[in-house]
Amino acid sequence: MSIDLTQDFFALFGLPRRFKLDETALEQAWHGLQAQVHPDRHAHLSDLEKRLSMQWATRVNEGFRTLRKPLARAQYLLELAGVDTALETNTAMSPAFLMEQMEWREAVEEAGAAAEISELEDLHRRLLAHAREVRAQLAQQLDDDHDFEGAADTVRRLMFIDKLQQEIDEALIALEN
Amino acid sequence: MALLQIAEPGMSPEPHKHRLAVGIDLGTTNSLVATVRNGIAVCLPDESGRTMLPSAVRYRSDGSLEVGRAALEAQAVDPRNTIVSVKRFMGRGLKDVAHIEAMPYDFEDSPGMVRLRTVQGVKSPVEVSAEILRRLRERAEASLGGPLVGAVITVPAYFDDAQRQATKDAARLAGIDVLRLLNEPTAAAVAYGLDNAAEGVYAVYDLGGGTFDLSILKLSRGVFEVLSTNGDAALGGDDFDHRLFCWILDKARISPPSLEDARRLQMKAREAKELLTACEQAPVHVRLASGEEVDLVVSRDEFAEMTQPLVQKTLGPVRKALRDAGLAPDEVKGVVMVGGATRMPHIQRAVARYFGQEPLTNLDPDKVVALGAAMQANVLAGNRAAEDDWLLLDVIPLSLGLETMGGLVEKVIPRNSTLPSARAQEFTTFKDGQTAMAFHVVQGERELVADCRSLARFELRGIPPMVAGAARIRVSFQVDADGLLSVSAREMSSGVEASVLVKPSYGLSDEEIAGMLRSGVEHAGEDMRARALREQQVEAERVIEATEHALDKDGGLLAVHERDAILTAIVNLRALLAGDDHRAIKASIDALARATDDFAARRMDNSIRTALAGHKVDELEL
Repeated sequence: MSIDLTQDFFALFGLPRRFKLDETALEQAWHGLQAQVHPDRHAHLSDLEKRLSMQWATRVNEGFRTLRKPLARAQYLLELAGVDTALETNTAMSPAFLMEQMEWREAVEEAGAAAEISELEDLHRRLLAHAREVRAQLAQQLDDDHDFEGAADTVRRLMFIDKLQQEIDEALIALEN
Repeated sequence: MALLQIAEPGMSPEPHKHRLAVGIDLGTTNSLVATVRNGIAVCLPDESGRTMLPSAVRYRSDGSLEVGRAALEAQAVDPRNTIVSVKRFMGRGLKDVAHIEAMPYDFEDSPGMVRLRTVQGVKSPVEVSAEILRRLRERAEASLGGPLVGAVITVPAYFDDAQRQATKDAARLAGIDVLRLLNEPTAAAVAYGLDNAAEGVYAVYDLGGGTFDLSILKLSRGVFEVLSTNGDAALGGDDFDHRLFCWILDKARISPPSLEDARRLQMKAREAKELLTACEQAPVHVRLASGEEVDLVVSRDEFAEMTQPLVQKTLGPVRKALRDAGLAPDEVKGVVMVGGATRMPHIQRAVARYFGQEPLTNLDPDKVVALGAAMQANVLAGNRAAEDDWLLLDVIPLSLGLETMGGLVEKVIPRNSTLPSARAQEFTTFKDGQTAMAFHVVQGERELVADCRSLARFELRGIPPMVAGAARIRVSFQVDADGLLSVSAREMSSGVEASVLVKPSYGLSDEEIAGMLRSGVEHAGEDMRARALREQQVEAERVIEATEHALDKDGGLLAVHERDAILTAIVNLRALLAGDDHRAIKASIDALARATDDFAARRMDNSIRTALAGHKVDELEL
């Protein structure tokens, strides 16, 4: 048997295909599916059953990973909608957004260089709040307006924010060490 | 034997047949074996009533072996041939082992894993570990009265692929079927969580003889989900002994000690450390080979001060694991302490200070890992009872990746991914007409290949010549539930494929294991055929039972002729069970497996559908 690849992750988890998502329901569905397919449930069975179980459990984990994080979930929704986010090539962002990004980044670099832990933590908090606003916009575009082209643009903005957050984390780690 | 069983129609024979399975904690200092008996996990003692087997193996010049306490006692007189703390060498090269200069062994740096020259020849750490495992297997079989279906072997959560593979090889060499490699802190969490019906986020602080792990778990309604894990695979109670040993050398002005004196002093250092858990001070009194006497007293404060850097060193992984889990220290509901080294009062104080709460010490830190492993082994072997409806979701401790241009690492599977996990990455050729591509698989968090552990190298050949950048080579990583990696590469337009089980560069080759198995069996004077027969009989009974259970439960998924084919295969296999031809039994088991392939696939589909129907989630609740 091969894994049914035509079934999307939302269907696999029994959830509506939306950006806004009930995290508790997702987690419960994940646990419920793993309770059926996890290799630990099939360890005493035939090699074939063990192999199938590993494939299924891997697929279920991939689905959980994809749906749990807002950015990955949005990218996946766009993929299902057939919208190419062309994340590597299409970096034609609005000048205003790029300017904003540069300002953020400079602030992070300065705080990092000056070893300002509290400044970095403050940036982190502000960025989190900003990410929340961008996600709300994404929900509007994906779930209500079905504006996938616009959503692709917002996804790219979210990616920049994500990257920046990682940089702040790394700067904090470097300072702690 | 099975032919004589008489069952009334409609009643399945032996409905609750208990399969013999154990959990083994293969520790740096001590090892234990445990099983679930009448629903309760217990550690199995040896004939003198001791549950802990010192992880020590002595190779004697007459060809015989000593394992455990006898070996430990001989270490001062025969240090070179008495191997202790062998776990530190598993899957490790010479340069990876700390304090190697203070060790009395005759090392041989072979590719991948260090080896030890003994009076009985060169031994791999895998072989030494296998002797410990074999002793525990024999103890369990004698105690339980039959061959084991299999065992869950625990490993430090922070063990990398090479160390895990080495552990699995050792079990194989010891004649043990590994049901699962289980992370030690996860095993402890299972034992603690099930005993205390715990719910919420817990940290497991596991300081063993030679390894340190910190895992953060979320316990909710029977699901043990590991959120993150971190650690140091070369930090443990041994290092505390070593600090004290150095302190003694310094105070007594000994430099450098003979091998025998060094062992004596190390043993004394360990005794003094253990004494300091209960007492304010400990005497160190040793008579050296020269007749010279060492007579010192070490206080608890002195010991705490000299080992403070080690205690601090454990807090780094604690911070990292919490950060990866996205949690603050005060969001942790309880801290479970595991490993004998966590008895040290200054460690408990440091942990209490960091988490702002007293750690949980209401369980035996030496036994909890083995007990948890036994619970998991019981379930994996198929002895699941109604109340055993719990599930473990563990993670990979260290990122897996590939070397790219410039000696950089491209991460393919990030650390803390839930197991099993798979990911693929696409690469392309960088020269026109390039027909081969080399891959280097590494594990670790650093950006440079040189700072990560090299796991395997392999090549994909036969790529059709194309212009640079036109070929699409998809490299797939699959990590199984044991945390072991396999890698395959495929050129997408032509379908040319290459794959590796990540093994050769750090583990032992299959030929090496086969050779060791042969010599091991000869050495033990065991009747190989009798063992093979017993194993096949156990396996046959297991497969028959599993199949009958499946027919009982999901027989409706089969057409009449399909069902008949399976029943015929069962009858054929049963008929062979009373005989003594293990090969025929094996062939018949394979035939039954083939007859049920399709059925297995349908059952899996069916169970997914049932899960999707939504009512399973509630049934899972404890």
